[in-house]
Amino acid sequence: MKKLLFLASLGLFALSGCATTPSMPDMSKPIKRYADFNVYEKTLSNGLKVIVKEDHRAPVMVSQVWYKVGSSSEHSGVTGLSHVLEHMMFKGTEKLAPNQFSKIIAENGGRENAFTGRDYTAYFQQMEKRRLPVSFELEADRMRNIIFLEEEFKKEIQVVMEERRMRTEDNPQSLTYEQFSAAAYVNSPYHAPVIGWMNDLENMNVHDLKKWYDAWYRPNNATVVVVGDVQADEVFALAEEHFGPLNAAPLPEIKPRKEIQQKGLRRLTVKAPAQVPYMIMGYQAASLGDSNEDWEPYALEVLVGVLDGGISARLETSLVREQQVAASIGSGYDAFTPGRELFMFSGTPSQGHTVDNLEQAVREQIKIIQSEIVSDVELERVKAQVVAGKVYEKDSIFYQAMSIGRLETTNMSWKLADQYINNINSVTKEQIQAVAKKYLIDDNLTVAVLDPQPLDSSKPRVRSAGGRHGG
Amino acid sequence: MVKFLFLVLAFVSFTSQAGEKIQHWVTDNGVRVYFYPAPELPMMDLRIVFDAGAARDGDKKGVALMTNGMLAEGAGNWDSGEIAARFDGVGAVFSNSSHRDMSVMSLRSLTDEKLLKTALTTFTTVLTNPTFPKDAFERERKRLLIGLERQKQSPDAISDKVFYSALYGDHPYASETTGEIETVQAMTIADLKAFYQQYFVAKNAVIALVGALDREQAEKLVNDVVADLSVGSIAEAIPEVNKLDKADKIEIAFPSSQSHIMVGQPGIKRGDADYFPLYVGNHVLGGSGMVSKLFDEIREKRGLAYSSYSYFIPMRQQGPFLLGLQTKNESADAALKVLHDVVADFVKNGPSEKDLIAAKKNLVGGFALRIASNKSMVENLASIGFYNQPLDYLETFISNVEAVTLAQVKDAFQRRVNPDKLVTVIVGDTSKAQAKAE
Repeated sequence: MKKLLFLASLGLFALSGCATTPSMPDMSKPIKRYADFNVYEKTLSNGLKVIVKEDHRAPVMVSQVWYKVGSSSEHSGVTGLSHVLEHMMFKGTEKLAPNQFSKIIAENGGRENAFTGRDYTAYFQQMEKRRLPVSFELEADRMRNIIFLEEEFKKEIQVVMEERRMRTEDNPQSLTYEQFSAAAYVNSPYHAPVIGWMNDLENMNVHDLKKWYDAWYRPNNATVVVVGDVQADEVFALAEEHFGPLNAAPLPEIKPRKEIQQKGLRRLTVKAPAQVPYMIMGYQAASLGDSNEDWEPYALEVLVGVLDGGISARLETSLVREQQVAASIGSGYDAFTPGRELFMFSGTPSQGHTVDNLEQAVREQIKIIQSEIVSDVELERVKAQVVAGKVYEKDSIFYQAMSIGRLETTNMSWKLADQYINNINSVTKEQIQAVAKKYLIDDNLTVAVLDPQPLDSSKPRVRSAGGRHGG
Repeated sequence: MVKFLFLVLAFVSFTSQAGEKIQHWVTDNGVRVYFYPAPELPMMDLRIVFDAGAARDGDKKGVALMTNGMLAEGAGNWDSGEIAARFDGVGAVFSNSSHRDMSVMSLRSLTDEKLLKTALTTFTTVLTNPTFPKDAFERERKRLLIGLERQKQSPDAISDKVFYSALYGDHPYASETTGEIETVQAMTIADLKAFYQQYFVAKNAVIALVGALDREQAEKLVNDVVADLSVGSIAEAIPEVNKLDKADKIEIAFPSSQSHIMVGQPGIKRGDADYFPLYVGNHVLGGSGMVSKLFDEIREKRGLAYSSYSYFIPMRQQGPFLLGLQTKNESADAALKVLHDVVADFVKNGPSEKDLIAAKKNLVGGFALRIASNKSMVENLASIGFYNQPLDYLETFISNVEAVTLAQVKDAFQRRVNPDKLVTVIVGDTSKAQAKAE
């Protein structure tokens, strides 16, 4: 029924020759084939991009729909909208009752879920290969036809608040990380947590969500990725059938809100009931989405490998095993971030050491990197790990689809992932030192520490019966 | 509406191919080997599992975990840094973990001859010639103690510990793998060595191997890895678990915004005759994620929690049947009542015909996903081997699921789950719930 209505309205469009909503140009592009990777891509006339990677190892497939909207599209007062909308996407369309989506997928043997990040919202189903039409029909339906029922929203916003309590409020390390991010990013939308501030969740309403959905859930703002035992031409035909009839629309304009240049060290303390201290250090650094020099992000990737790529890397070796100042320590950096990235260290001091000792030990490692060229052995180790990792990734169709979807959605090309080995291989020792000197400096640094507060008594208070065992 | 009814496909024969390709043999010194050739990618996954989990700790709680963790901290002539550098340098991934039943060591490597050789030599040395150096032992002990401290700040970890302790009393499954602060402090290297000598032996081991190898290469590889393991003997049987004789409710005050609730009782063993009726039935009750009864009642209908679930965890002996959720302190009582009601109703009335069919369709239709990667296959093989499941376990999985009837589910739940003798653990700021009730 829905389909018939839709065709009728298209006919009207053609007759009148103009419309109240701005008409969108034909955005279609022919099928492109990248034989080396078994990847095919095509853009439908409504702007929807479809990418297929054939992988015939097992008779299964994963289908993912990626939208270019996430917490970084939000602004103050409505944080968490993209994530709450992700929850509402399961709560019914004009054709489907709430949660019927999940029931249909389950009956087809599917595994499904969704996730929201700073720069994307994505939905996926993993299924036996012949079930792809089920996935496409349901995803095309909910791309445009969600109905926002007040009573469903009222329950679901409670669910999201429970999720926030579980992930953040009652987890002292997550809580520290959230406040750290809010300090390390001032004007960038990365300032706010993906799940949203509790007060914003409390004040969100169903109209906010409907507006958000109408603005962003459009074929010209989405990428469909299918990886598995499928034939690309069949997938494109199926995509045309299900997603082809959906209307494109102009997308909201988002101002860049490029993070300001930091002007000196920032420190903060987070007090929370806890037993073990914790520390996070983050240096503002270039990323592929925020860099003038294309090699810098790759040099930073190798640098994080030198510091933390395995148990034989510097942080584990020096801080955990030799100096024994850390009970745990890790370093993180992601070149593929569209906005300003943070080069991070986080860890827990060992017994008899403080977070200050741990920070000093990290700073010493940074100094060493800045003053001494890394060894050939270390560089070769990082490169060997990257080469092996590329093979291991192929064991998971889900991961392969993730990698494609994420890059496409953040306006980078999936091909970057396949050029990754070459880009890493061309990083020199001097470049590693250069990025360490340029970015790992106090003026770029934010430090957050968790200051554990008493947990009160954790003794049993009430026992209604004894715990004796029979027999 | 009608459109969505298409595509209820019959399952097809490819699902049995995985089973047919599994090869099994026993090495000269008694290691049981399960091999699955996967020629598509130039890599291999090797997993060795010993019956040497925390259930073997005895009074020295934590010794199984420490022994497992210390293997790669010194072996042959190498210290921990050299061992790690040998794995990292060839892009191999070594990992280890210790559970209540199992002590596991895994290696993922490229099958390029030179790279694989270095990875395997290192793995073999770690497995068969660990040196348990003193400095590493002291360091790892300290790290474990910090881990034990960290558990005290996690309502999840606290409820887990209390739950197992209440379910299992003085049975070996009562303890956490991480042991206790006092037992970890008292532990010695001699304890670890004795544990290693007794349990890390050929007859107590199972190897799972998946990758781009032929049978001949696989046999040689396994022989090289285990040749220096002493024969030893299989670990003694773990005692049976007693049923709970009454219900129990334990509340732990904790300054969190949510109450973490766990409910359950001892469940089933691997290979239990009721396994399939209980497994399929629980899929309806709380095992199928977003479409289960618990999810529907707790989250969909009432918005009380982000996650709610129920599982049987079949182990060597009766692993737990557990149900859980987290909800804000103020709704703890309401959520707990719904949870208890759902279980009681399910045991009394069983699933509906419609729900049972839906659960079976999900399990049957989704079977292909369980055997689609080398990672999942090596996990399947290790579990089949460790728990002495039949070699055709994967081949017959679908027909076993399809054969389950409504009457069997109802009967099995009524015999095996007693809603009047459940342990309930609540960790949270329970005063909030009580204040609301008043």
